[in-house]
Amino acid sequence: MTDTPITRLARATPPNVAARVRGLSDRTIAWLFVAPTIFLLLAINIFPLIWTIRLSFTNFAANKPNAEVKWVGLRNYERILTDDGIWANMQNTAHFLIWTIALQVVIGFALAWLINRKFKGNDLLTTLIVIPMMLSPAVVGNFWTFLYQPQIGLFNYAVEFFTGTPANSFSMLGSVTLAPWAIIIVDTWMWTPFVMLICLAGLRSIPDYIYEAAEIDRASKWRQFWTITVPMVLPFLMLAVLFRGIENFKMFDLVVQLTGGGPGNETLLASIDLKREAFEKWRTGYSSAYAIILFVTVFGLASIYVKALNKVKER
Amino acid sequence: MKVRLLATTTVAALLTAGAAVAQDKELTLCWAAWDPANALVELSKDFEAQSGIKMNFEFVPWPNFADRMLNELNSGGQLCDLLIGDSQWIGGGAENGHYVKLNDFFDANSISMDDFAPATVYAYSTWPKGTPNYYALPAMGDANGWFYRKDWFARPEIQADFKAKYGRDLAEPKTQKELLEIAQFFQGRDIDGKKVYGASIFTERGSEGITMGATGALYAWGFKYENTPGKYDMEGAVNSPAAVEALEFYKELYKTGTPPGYDNAYMEQSLDAFKSGQVAMAMNWFAFFPGLYADPTTGGDKIDFFVNPAQNVAASTLGGQGISVVSYTDNMDGALEYVKWFANPEVQKKWWSMGGYSCHKAVLDDPNFVNTAPFAGDFLEAMGGVQDFWQEPAYASLLLAMQERIHNFVVADQGTAQEALDGLIADWTEVFEDEGKL
Repeated sequence: MTDTPITRLARATPPNVAARVRGLSDRTIAWLFVAPTIFLLLAINIFPLIWTIRLSFTNFAANKPNAEVKWVGLRNYERILTDDGIWANMQNTAHFLIWTIALQVVIGFALAWLINRKFKGNDLLTTLIVIPMMLSPAVVGNFWTFLYQPQIGLFNYAVEFFTGTPANSFSMLGSVTLAPWAIIIVDTWMWTPFVMLICLAGLRSIPDYIYEAAEIDRASKWRQFWTITVPMVLPFLMLAVLFRGIENFKMFDLVVQLTGGGPGNETLLASIDLKREAFEKWRTGYSSAYAIILFVTVFGLASIYVKALNKVKER
Repeated sequence: MKVRLLATTTVAALLTAGAAVAQDKELTLCWAAWDPANALVELSKDFEAQSGIKMNFEFVPWPNFADRMLNELNSGGQLCDLLIGDSQWIGGGAENGHYVKLNDFFDANSISMDDFAPATVYAYSTWPKGTPNYYALPAMGDANGWFYRKDWFARPEIQADFKAKYGRDLAEPKTQKELLEIAQFFQGRDIDGKKVYGASIFTERGSEGITMGATGALYAWGFKYENTPGKYDMEGAVNSPAAVEALEFYKELYKTGTPPGYDNAYMEQSLDAFKSGQVAMAMNWFAFFPGLYADPTTGGDKIDFFVNPAQNVAASTLGGQGISVVSYTDNMDGALEYVKWFANPEVQKKWWSMGGYSCHKAVLDDPNFVNTAPFAGDFLEAMGGVQDFWQEPAYASLLLAMQERIHNFVVADQGTAQEALDGLIADWTEVFEDEGKL
């Protein structure tokens, strides 16, 4: 072999990884690295999903392991989709979802916009604002039940102070009209800081020179806000909405702690109802169908939303 | 190398054997976390001393008790060797093979169910109901009863006010309607400069609370689950005119005689309301009565107790549990030894003295029993007329349906009592059809 720069370079280059590992190809080694993850994914996500789909066509009950399991076809799906109670739970879930997201987006963005100003104590204030989202939902639910207590609750006293309505004349968690709003207030209190942080990241990613250019062009603050701030924060905001939407669609702990689904069924969200069907009534086949319907709903909505999000990013 | 391998193997074998021996010498008893459970821990020290078996305890708070324990049983878990499970679980425990059938063991060890109060044997031990197939030993008799502020009732000005309004003396109510009048009388009244309320009752939505509370009224009006026991013919029984009246009564009691904000209240909230001096009366399980009587603020001579008042019939909602051996235990002999020890009359006497509600006739039939505690007589009276919820394997579905229907009507103001009970029959019919019983 002649001693050219190319051959010298070839000699200096170490043999590929595969050659050093007993003749395995790079592709094989790549698979070896990925295999544990794929195995875990299959075992923890895909297999249970397939198993759940299978169970959803049966009358299986997990508390009766010795009972005969019958194939019932689409009967579980039919019962769920024609059950007025389940549609009412879906409406409760939608009400909760829409209002919590709307409030969290508006308040979260407003807070982020204010926090983004330079002022003394900015960091301390940011830390204080994010404290609620660091708490456990069970703890938050528990102490809000005290805040909402008509006789000793601070919330009721605050309402009395501002409106003159006697504190013990209304029960936020016991009234059919107030309870759905009570859970929205708590979730908003807890998760608005999360939306605020994402919006803050968006606001801080906008380069100052864009605003400087707008100033030179004599754009008003109002115009700068609508033509620079909002469009550039929108992808972040949409991401926050996606996260909160998925989280609140499966909301369980906070609401169980606050109302247990009551009064009546006014705050019975789909996830709470699903848990009761699956692990209290032990209607495993039926609840599997219920879970699949919820999964398809979330997956479908999330897919549409992600496509919209990508379009916004491309703009 | 061989020496090292041998040594390692030997150590491993010894550790395994040691663990097995230790396992034989330990038992885990599962129950709800409440006052009687603490008494049982103390009582079980005698068993530990006598048998050399170490007792471990797994106590779960009431709101999560059923969820936690039924999950454990359904998964064939080995956490519990012994389980003091709720009376309604007996059907599922027996039919699904979670509980050991104890007949042969009882026969071999001369443990007779005739030695226990018949109502408790029926409720806590038998499946199918009333047959001599025993899956538990009655462990903790209980019923839903009432307690009240005796010191408030005794005040002359309150007595005079009450007499002027109702034309009779203020005393323990003899009927449900008298109870309602007393609750309404105290509702919003000013006592010692503090606004107080009538009664704290069960309204909880999530587990079993409102069902246990409302059945206190339903049973007193003569409510029946079936026209013919075992036939599941509910039409006309569950939604009888008397049942409708009882449910309307319970709603009126909730709306006009309870403190604001008690819309999701169960045992704990009832105790809190009473101990904090908010209410004149409260309902709760007899199991809490020893603790209430001992309370330094509202106990002693400030409190007294009464059995659930009759309306058309004398009846109380059954609580309480039997102790069962879990089929999946790996220490069956030890678990059975504990049951044998617990069935001993002397142990049962000590159990009562420590705050547990024995169901043994050696305790209950003692002529001095009614003098042993201020609520002992009421307990005996209550246990003479207890009625329980369905004990079917599908009890959880049946219970959740009733929770929903009753809470919707009583707390959430949805529909009428008639509609609630008609709807309940529809729900229960669906459950029994799914179970293949209809």
